[in-house]
Amino acid sequence: MSDPDLKKTPLYDAHVAAGARMVPFAGYHMPVQYKDGVLKEHLWTREHAGLFDVSHMGQARLRGDNPAKSFEKLVSADYQGLKPGKQRYAVLPNAEGGVIDDLMTARPDDDGLFIVVNGACKDNDYAIIAKALEGEATVERLEDRALLALQGPKAAAVLAAHVPQAAGMVFMDTAALTAFGTDAIISRSGYTGEDGYEISVPATEAARIWNTLLEDERVKAIGLGARDSLRLEAGLPLYGHDMDETISPIEAGMPFAVGKSRREAGDYLGAERIAKELAGDLKRVRVNLKVLEGAPAREGAQIADETGAVVGVVTSGGFGPSYGGAIAIGFAPPALSAIGTKLKVIVRGKPQAVEVVASPFVPTRYVRKI
Amino acid sequence: MKFTKDHEWVEVEGDVATVGISGYAAEQLGDVVFVETPEVGKVVKQGEGLAVVESVKAASDVYAPVSGEVVEANGQLSDAPETVNAVPEAGGWFAKIKLSNPSEVDALMDRVAYEAFLSTL
Repeated sequence: MSDPDLKKTPLYDAHVAAGARMVPFAGYHMPVQYKDGVLKEHLWTREHAGLFDVSHMGQARLRGDNPAKSFEKLVSADYQGLKPGKQRYAVLPNAEGGVIDDLMTARPDDDGLFIVVNGACKDNDYAIIAKALEGEATVERLEDRALLALQGPKAAAVLAAHVPQAAGMVFMDTAALTAFGTDAIISRSGYTGEDGYEISVPATEAARIWNTLLEDERVKAIGLGARDSLRLEAGLPLYGHDMDETISPIEAGMPFAVGKSRREAGDYLGAERIAKELAGDLKRVRVNLKVLEGAPAREGAQIADETGAVVGVVTSGGFGPSYGGAIAIGFAPPALSAIGTKLKVIVRGKPQAVEVVASPFVPTRYVRKI
Repeated sequence: MKFTKDHEWVEVEGDVATVGISGYAAEQLGDVVFVETPEVGKVVKQGEGLAVVESVKAASDVYAPVSGEVVEANGQLSDAPETVNAVPEAGGWFAKIKLSNPSEVDALMDRVAYEAFLSTL
């Protein structure tokens, strides 16, 4: 906690008061866990509702004559076709078809686009966007806003008590509205595989809203440790690990990041590689691995075939508390990626049996219809 | 019971030391989900890696607090790694080491000294 360059989110004091273990993450002091610990926090979120501070993430407004058209010069999604009240996932590709960042873009109102990017990438993202769109669109960083995520099977009932409109939203709906007596942007989405919401509120109101939500006995504060194990079980890639400047969204198993109209037009950075990969010309693909014996396989562990030849690497791995065992995400040649394929992971020099399994590891529970 | 600055403990009976991690270390690690105990017969030097303990989030090395030969590993931990959290300074032991240099034990901290050390962290 002595690093003077680390920033604090508007909820820093609340985390410390709650006994959180604070760690440096994406340039911020962030709670990796509270008193219950990662395992219990993970399971609580799957059974009840978890409240996460994700204010380190970058929130911004993109404004211009036609911000969606402008933004499409940089990202892979169809944003001109993004309807009001909706949000959509995209990647910011580089010229080689790798990924500079992955992000969500929403149209909660008429005020341009609302974008949410990864905390560790935000400065670079904003610089790239501002430079590329100079003269046609502007990026306003919303540094005065906090972002909370309320996730889990009880999230909808909890939020409906404060924000009745939230109950009428489905997965990937977004709305700018008055909630908790202030201006909020709420989307029904998240990063745990559960139903839930991400709630953007003014920084000055964040602690009050955080504490209000925690007054509900179904809600507990959950740290980034459980956020990581929850997203791993949900099969969601983590930028900088399962997706980076060398890994394409197609390799990473996120083909929906490239919109249909964009595929047809081929008018995005890296389109040459991505079109080839969409046609099936892939050197490696993301695999989900169930560890059948031994220790958890973590990032950096080599993946080998049954003869012992190294064929790939683990990019995220650990213990899945709801899955009830060690799981990992990694990359392997397409010929070794079919579900049921037996492979090995090398952990501390020892080969251990793993099997390719379907994604997600734990069924997702997004509410697509009400 | 004696302790190291790396939060291992040893309890000596005759020429065999039982080794584990302290309650403080177990609490810091959080929920233990896997323990890799050493093979019986392995010869370790003080300060070398002896075992690996894994929480949901990370893997941590456990260092040999004393030199010697591993004569027994705690087999219970493969089925019940949570024992390390439940009773870290008793049933959650990792291995028994036959001491090759018993004087190493004398230089370790007793509980009072270890608790004083913890208060400086």
